[in-house]
Amino acid sequence: MKNAIGRDIPAHISGINNIRLYEGAGVYKPEKSGAGKKLRVGKPHTNKILQSIDEAIEKTGLKDGQTISFHHHLRNGDYVMKMVVERIAAKGIKNITIAASSLSPCHDFLIDYIKDGTVTALESSGLRGQLGKYLTRHPEALQKPTIIRSHGGRARAIEAGELHIDVAFMAAPTCDRQGNATGRIGKSAFGSMGYAMIDAAYADNVVLITDNLVDEPVHPYSIPQTQVDYIVPVEEIGDPAGIASGAIRITKSPTQLLIAKYAAEVMEKTGILKEGFSMQLGSGGASLAAAKFIREKMEAQNITGSFGIGGVTGIFSEMLKDGLFKACYDAQTFDTTAVQSLAENPNHIEISASFYANPWNAGPIVNDLDVVILSATEVDLDFNVNVITDSNGVCMGASGGHSDTAAGAALTIIVMPLIRGRLPMIRDHVQNVVTPGNDVDVIITERGIAINPKRTDLIEKLSNSGLPIMKIEKLQQMAYDFVGKPDEVQLSDADKDIVAVVEYRDGSILDVIRKPLV
Amino acid sequence: MNDPKTRLRRTMMFVPGNSPKMINSADIYGADSLMFDVEDAIAITEKDTARHLVANALKTLKFHSETVVRINHPTQTPFGMDDLKVILPSKPDMIRLPKVEDVSEVQLITDEIEKVEKENGWPEGTINIIGAIESVKGLYNVREICQQPRLIAIALGAEDFIANLKTQRTKTGIELYYARSQILMAARDAEIQCMDTVFSDVKDMEGFEREVTNSRDMGFDGKSVIHPKQITAVHRIYTPNDKQLTHALKVLAAFEDSLKNHKGVLAVDGKMIDGPIVVRAQRIVDQAKAAGIDVEKKREEI
Repeated sequence: MKNAIGRDIPAHISGINNIRLYEGAGVYKPEKSGAGKKLRVGKPHTNKILQSIDEAIEKTGLKDGQTISFHHHLRNGDYVMKMVVERIAAKGIKNITIAASSLSPCHDFLIDYIKDGTVTALESSGLRGQLGKYLTRHPEALQKPTIIRSHGGRARAIEAGELHIDVAFMAAPTCDRQGNATGRIGKSAFGSMGYAMIDAAYADNVVLITDNLVDEPVHPYSIPQTQVDYIVPVEEIGDPAGIASGAIRITKSPTQLLIAKYAAEVMEKTGILKEGFSMQLGSGGASLAAAKFIREKMEAQNITGSFGIGGVTGIFSEMLKDGLFKACYDAQTFDTTAVQSLAENPNHIEISASFYANPWNAGPIVNDLDVVILSATEVDLDFNVNVITDSNGVCMGASGGHSDTAAGAALTIIVMPLIRGRLPMIRDHVQNVVTPGNDVDVIITERGIAINPKRTDLIEKLSNSGLPIMKIEKLQQMAYDFVGKPDEVQLSDADKDIVAVVEYRDGSILDVIRKPLV
Repeated sequence: MNDPKTRLRRTMMFVPGNSPKMINSADIYGADSLMFDVEDAIAITEKDTARHLVANALKTLKFHSETVVRINHPTQTPFGMDDLKVILPSKPDMIRLPKVEDVSEVQLITDEIEKVEKENGWPEGTINIIGAIESVKGLYNVREICQQPRLIAIALGAEDFIANLKTQRTKTGIELYYARSQILMAARDAEIQCMDTVFSDVKDMEGFEREVTNSRDMGFDGKSVIHPKQITAVHRIYTPNDKQLTHALKVLAAFEDSLKNHKGVLAVDGKMIDGPIVVRAQRIVDQAKAAGIDVEKKREEI
């Protein structure tokens, strides 16, 4: 079956129920009501503090075949998933689905527990590292393909009852004895708990795992005690070096800076860069670097923006501090400068993943974006974007908020090098689609800028801008002139070789990731 | 095609001739000229690699900028003549002759160029020469060197020059003041272009901009740069302001009018104008166009 962007989706995918094909952004209208939290009776003077993760597993009644969830705010420094999965395996519990908001290379240990049958299904924003390689080569190691969801799509799936969580194991940098938790302070502070908020609000059982249990009430809290069943104090929830980098700095790469400069110029010349505008910058080198040039233009033209959304870095929180924006909405905090900003600046506002990007609520903040600048691993002539598989078809990235922000923003700019190594980054068809070309307006490379032909308004505004505007086919040819046209990666068409299913943010199937025949 | 004698050379960017990555992307930063270096940036063991890499790049890639190759000195080193043999057939716009001290060296290169031009049936003047003064001896001979017909630009190479002077670079540039002045005079006397030396501290953008402003004010046509980020600053400094552009356009309009209507003495805003003023006006308009200013719109406004 072909979906609205022409991707071939099997009518039946083992382990995936109710396949609904992607029809276009905002086409499908849900008619049901959302899921609710399981009711429970909180008894007076209950001690929620447990001695160990083992005790938490026992108390929550976790058993074979259930789904547990984790958030990825500890990024590549996360210790929590490993300490939990090890104890689940030790107890002989099998057939567990892990629904993580994302997975990092620190989760490569999962390979062992996939091999021994403890973990048999994954749902995540992405697959990276050795785990990504392993599952690309051995999709049969899991009972069903990994489900890839955007951040907004995951919040939607949980709130709609499509992703039911039996036990949420949530890392908490600081919490009090009742379970009011925050990520703003503590030795493992990571800032916003935006992804965890949804799990805590909907999971049948919520276990906080903390390395900073405090006696005094925690306020402001990101997760309230009303949602928390148990608390397990541990030595460390993560490795600070992997959690938040020090201040993230603007890239020094001249090519990335050139691309970033073009992005700021596109914003200026399309008229987006005006008083009260809103923006989000992806975390890649060039998208982040655009901040430098946007800032220069805002200061020169005395422009104050309305708000920014993040993935917040110190680069943005400094703009907030300096009055260039009035507010900053934060679902995930990237560096120590931004963590401090969240703790200290009242205009730095913590939001949940649903507030950020859930397409099935009355108004996620991405819907109010004027512009988003995003990276890509590759794009194609239809402006589709891949951020999940590499040029060999191996899973190495994550959907994140890519398709959410692209759908919401009035202007979606993709920044990427035209050539990586010896490979052109504009394909006839991307290996996998994470963001449909319909939601992408401008692709900026170091050698030229292509505008989606559907955006005739932008073509008109930019045609005499002095910027190197050209058709995407010409840009592709330019890359071919340098490095030639690479062979297509050969993929298995066997149903058993489907590595992952890429859901669009509304839960429809955008694409399937197939095992490469290498 | 741009006239090689008058084309804009606000920036000439050094590109190491042994780095395919840098050669590939050299063209995207907007430098007016690219100088592929097979000389000082290249270790002795890499000389042949760099020479062939640059030659093949020139044959294969389409560069928008002017292409220059800095060869090794043809008599002071054993590599220079081999460089020419490999590089010239790949048709760079210019050869940069480093450490030039004597007119005979320019003549030697000119002969080689003429030979290749003839062999390939290219018009005379397809490949030109920029010399670099890098020693006191060279400086003493700079007037004669600049008079060589194939030599269409002269540059100062400060690093070797100050070593020769037994001093070091300073932020004020006092150690180079005489050399800069002398080279400029010789260039202007010979009616060729003059490029200022590199500023090696890429982190010090403030010092860089000060130096570029000074060399612009002294009269240099442009600056040699060693990092893409220096390009924008030079181009900004070399962008004429509104008043300069308005005046230049008036001068050109009056000049065209005088040609059309066979008028004699010209005046703009009450001041008499003559040949050199027209040339300077054209240069200002070229600089404005290169900086992305909508000159036609400005012309209509006037």
